[in-house]
Amino acid sequence: MSTTPTLDRSIIERQELHAQRTGRAVVAGAFSPRQLWQALPGAVRKLGPRAQLRNPVMFVVWVGSVLVTGLSVADPSLFAWLIAAWLWFTVLFANLAETVAEGRGKAQADTLRRTRTETVARRLRADGSEEAVPGTALRIGDRVVVEAGEVVPGDGDIVEGIATVDESAITGESAPVIRESGGDRSAVTGGATVLSDRIVVQVTTKPGESFVDRMIALVEGAQRQKTPNEIALTILLSTLTIIFLLTVVALQPMAGYSGAQQSLVVLTALLVCLIPTTIGALLSAIGIAGMDRLVQRNVLATSGRAVEAAGDVDTLLLDKTGTITFGNRQATELLPAEGVSLAELAAAARLSSLADPTPEGRSIIELCARAHELPAEATAGEAAAQFVPFTAQTRMSGLDLNGCRIRKGAASAVAGWVDEADGGLPRGLQDKVDRISREGGTPLVVAEKNGAEQNGDGGRVLGLIRLSDVVKPGMATRFAELRAMGIRTVMITGDNPLTAKAIAAEAGVDDHLAEATPEDKMALIRREQSGGRLVAMTGDGTNDAPALAQADVGVAMNTGTAAAKEAGNMVDLDSDPTKLIDIVEIGKQLLITRGALTTFSVANDLAKYFAILPAMFMVLHPSLGALNIMRLATPQSAILSAVIFNALIIVALIPLALRGVRYRPTTAARLLRRNLLVYGLGGVLTPFAGIFLIDLLVRLIPGI
Amino acid sequence: MSPTVAGLVQVSALLLVLVAVYVPFGNYLAHVYTSDKHWRVERALYRLVRVDPGTEQRWTVYAAGVLGFSFLSIVLLYLLQRLQPLLPFDFGRAAVEPSVAFNTAISFVTNTNWQSYVPETTLGHSVQMAGLTVQNFVSAAVGMAVAVALVRGFARSGTDRLGNFWVDLVRGTVRVLLPISFAAAILLVGLGAVMSLRAGVDVTGVDGRQSTLALAPAASQEVIKMLGTNGGGIFNANSGHPFENPNGASNLLEYLLVLVIPVSLTRAFGVMVGNPRQGHVLAAVMGVIWGSLLSVAWWAETHPNGTATLAAGAALEGKEVRLGIPSSVLFGMATTGTSTGGVDSMHDSYTGLGGGVLLLNMLLGEVTPGGVGTGLYNILVLAVIAVFLAGLMVGRTPEYLGKKLGRVQITAAAIAILAMPAVVLLGAGAALAQPGELDAALNNDGPHGLSEVLYAYASTANNNGSAFAGLTVTSDFFQSTLGLAMLFGRFVPILAVLALAGSLAAQKRVEPGVGSLPTHGPMFGVLVGGTVVLVAALTFFPALALGPIAEALK
Repeated sequence: MSTTPTLDRSIIERQELHAQRTGRAVVAGAFSPRQLWQALPGAVRKLGPRAQLRNPVMFVVWVGSVLVTGLSVADPSLFAWLIAAWLWFTVLFANLAETVAEGRGKAQADTLRRTRTETVARRLRADGSEEAVPGTALRIGDRVVVEAGEVVPGDGDIVEGIATVDESAITGESAPVIRESGGDRSAVTGGATVLSDRIVVQVTTKPGESFVDRMIALVEGAQRQKTPNEIALTILLSTLTIIFLLTVVALQPMAGYSGAQQSLVVLTALLVCLIPTTIGALLSAIGIAGMDRLVQRNVLATSGRAVEAAGDVDTLLLDKTGTITFGNRQATELLPAEGVSLAELAAAARLSSLADPTPEGRSIIELCARAHELPAEATAGEAAAQFVPFTAQTRMSGLDLNGCRIRKGAASAVAGWVDEADGGLPRGLQDKVDRISREGGTPLVVAEKNGAEQNGDGGRVLGLIRLSDVVKPGMATRFAELRAMGIRTVMITGDNPLTAKAIAAEAGVDDHLAEATPEDKMALIRREQSGGRLVAMTGDGTNDAPALAQADVGVAMNTGTAAAKEAGNMVDLDSDPTKLIDIVEIGKQLLITRGALTTFSVANDLAKYFAILPAMFMVLHPSLGALNIMRLATPQSAILSAVIFNALIIVALIPLALRGVRYRPTTAARLLRRNLLVYGLGGVLTPFAGIFLIDLLVRLIPGI
Repeated sequence: MSPTVAGLVQVSALLLVLVAVYVPFGNYLAHVYTSDKHWRVERALYRLVRVDPGTEQRWTVYAAGVLGFSFLSIVLLYLLQRLQPLLPFDFGRAAVEPSVAFNTAISFVTNTNWQSYVPETTLGHSVQMAGLTVQNFVSAAVGMAVAVALVRGFARSGTDRLGNFWVDLVRGTVRVLLPISFAAAILLVGLGAVMSLRAGVDVTGVDGRQSTLALAPAASQEVIKMLGTNGGGIFNANSGHPFENPNGASNLLEYLLVLVIPVSLTRAFGVMVGNPRQGHVLAAVMGVIWGSLLSVAWWAETHPNGTATLAAGAALEGKEVRLGIPSSVLFGMATTGTSTGGVDSMHDSYTGLGGGVLLLNMLLGEVTPGGVGTGLYNILVLAVIAVFLAGLMVGRTPEYLGKKLGRVQITAAAIAILAMPAVVLLGAGAALAQPGELDAALNNDGPHGLSEVLYAYASTANNNGSAFAGLTVTSDFFQSTLGLAMLFGRFVPILAVLALAGSLAAQKRVEPGVGSLPTHGPMFGVLVGGTVVLVAALTFFPALALGPIAEALK
């Protein structure tokens, strides 16, 4: 990937900014109780049967609510009315969870929609003349002209020209980016503003189907389809519901035989308490919130399926440049020549780079400042020096100070400058130069000449600066975490095998692919997948498109080509390849949240039995009072307390469903132990306390 | 030796033998179902029924084989009973009544061996030997074949073939059941069991009265009755009859035979999926649940709370004095935990808690350790459910043994676990809703009567076949509903399990890494055990509360 240094610098800064913004753990937006109030009208609107049919568990609750309401009208009693009311609350709270989640998605969508302001496009006719058409009239293949100050009317590729573009409306990133025709940076997104120059854009999407349009539909939940795992879980929850339905249906003849016929109100209350309402109510909210967490990180997924697949990823393919290493080379070592002290070399190296504005030059200053405690800025005396900039002819840069000339540059150039007649380096040094080159680094030679130029004195070679790829700090720990999570990391690089191996070892990746061509990449993905493993990768170029399409999770960079974005199933608006790791964590967190709340929901049933069964049959078999271990006041208060707990726990868990269960990368065994303890054991114990406390209040109601 | 010491000695002996044979016998079972060599006698059989043992079958064909073979068996067994007077050794006994013949045919083909007839007076030796004993072998072999097909589903990768049902059926019979039965029958005869083709022997009792003691080829049928977890006695008193089970030693041998295949099959499973620890953890789950329930039942029977039993000091009613309480409890635990249903004591006479434990053993879904084959596939289905529930909590699409559990797998597993509770609850509910039927059928009322009805449907739906007794099931209502309970309880799970096996085999197998849920350690054991107990407890808590729990707390 060839990039200009300034652009790279901005990517690094953005990555650092991103890391600061998000911290290490997966987090999501804050949840405030006010959102519940705002969602209330929407939740009430969903109380109709049509909205409930989509969710089998909540549909049973809905039918139960209707039934008990009817029974309360037919045979009014305070108890029946209270049960009816709380059953309706149960349905309402489930609606509330979904509405809150959707509301958060809508807020995201509104932000995105603001970029969809109506624009007038300057369409090019076949003869080259322009016509003004509304942006919505553009079709695929149309070519439009966009000049400085104008808004790009739709997604497309630049086919002519180069321009700086402000994409802040879409990405929130204020630094303008450069887009040019040809190559991998030709894509522009509708809604971006061109800041300079003139470009011709070929439209690649139909109006209403642009990238942002699709994302809006997705985050609003309009196109939300159940993901495979959600469907499987729904089947299991439905099965549990059927089992409990049978349990309650069979209970009536058993109770009748025993001489304690139960009222339909009580049986319905028991059924609603037993079926997995907690997870049934929160299931869709969890899915929407997972999507939402991605959007908050400026990642747009084309389907919920992709988010789920992210949690399952076994192999991560990571591009070396920009992902594992900084995008440019940095000074990592000073190697003095024979008879030169390290301090002397450091001083010269620093001087030679004082006026070098490139990242490489700056990295030399930083190295000298860090390792040799030399000032990072030019002193007043040094500022008076005459700087010699790098030119393609000399292939050196440096400065002249008080008659001392210091240069640094490519080995052959500096050698020639030092001794024009000889043209060689001392043998020891030449070996080191060769070694650094072999290892994939770039050697720079530093030399000095004392006295005036015309003296014709041979100069002195002081030593070497090694420039090499620097692995971003923290990457090794990150990969170790991924390994603990069971994810294999493979570094992809165009470097030669030796360099690739050295960097792979330093970064701590599990494997690497050197001198990688797009075909190699594709073959690697296929090989991994043939072993049943799921592969995630990032890419931005058109030649990445086939691999992005083949990968199970393909994250296209927003700076990439339209082809790449079309092929992947996610787009990162920040174009930050490291985010792939976050995406995997979000996918995992989504699945964990689902599993944890399911476990919690099922584990809750035990306490409810201990509340309701003695209440039902204590009159018949006083000995069953021994099961009333919570010492609930009366049969009616016990049943009502269980129903109230069952409803309130939904509201109590909405924040958790939206935020997601806390996730730290670790082994599956540890995760399981922790979550089983918290949500399994916690799920058994919590309702005992909850129902007991609610009963303390409920028993105060006269007549209960 | 006090009964307690004797009981402990038996438990130790049982454990010792099971531990000793577990690895070699489990490995042998795995070899039986994976070897590509055919014995000569097997080849002859394949030629006879025109089966090519080399071809493998899709799950649908495999399932069609199971269903076709079972249906044909039911018809043949029905005809044999109806045509009894035409057969030798009929001792003048009449053709079996249609409703009884129907119920019995289903009962023996489904490996239930629920008996709504008195063997000594209803069946001659021909029907016993050519009909019931044959089914004792093949119904057990069918159970193992289905289990093995499911194991292949986990072990294989990217194929639509599950093996050949006919080969699995023949091998299970020829290589496993027949040799052990042969050896054990001789041992049992040596211990005093009866083996005779005579109708009976005339004796003069101590009171001077003449009576005829029925005789039968008991030892041979007794052995396969236990080994194949069948349970249908050749005498009405089942293993309580001294001709079937003469003494403590034969008692030990019999429940050992019951447990040996179901327990060792977990080893075969582990070997076949390439990691024996996967099987060990399932064996441990079975053992821990079984051991805990055994302690409860043992304690309950030695600490009774009824007036009469308190006076006696122990609940000996309905138990053989020559066997004693611990032996009876061990036998009852072994046969209810394995869908055998043979009894050496009357479960109806157990204490509320003790009888409740035996009932619970079945309501757990026959997984502790369950019937031959059925126990393994039932616990694997529950493991699939457990993995799906908890597997999500490690942040991946749940996977078990490298196979992903998605919509198809969960649907199949859900149908398999839904069948039994549905049949038990609907059956018992329907029966209890009919006071007329109950008045005629029930000996007891109150919680104990409820337990009797619940037990009958639990026993048939789980293909156990033991009777709590105290419930007369000869009416058309009970004959037909219990018959249907056996059919649904057997074949719905089998179909679902084979569908599950087919969908698993089609998947590529991914070697599990540190990121996937570990399924071989104690953690997973707790998870599977918890799921087994929780599913049963949540489903049957209300029913148990009105039956055994109410009785026990009295």
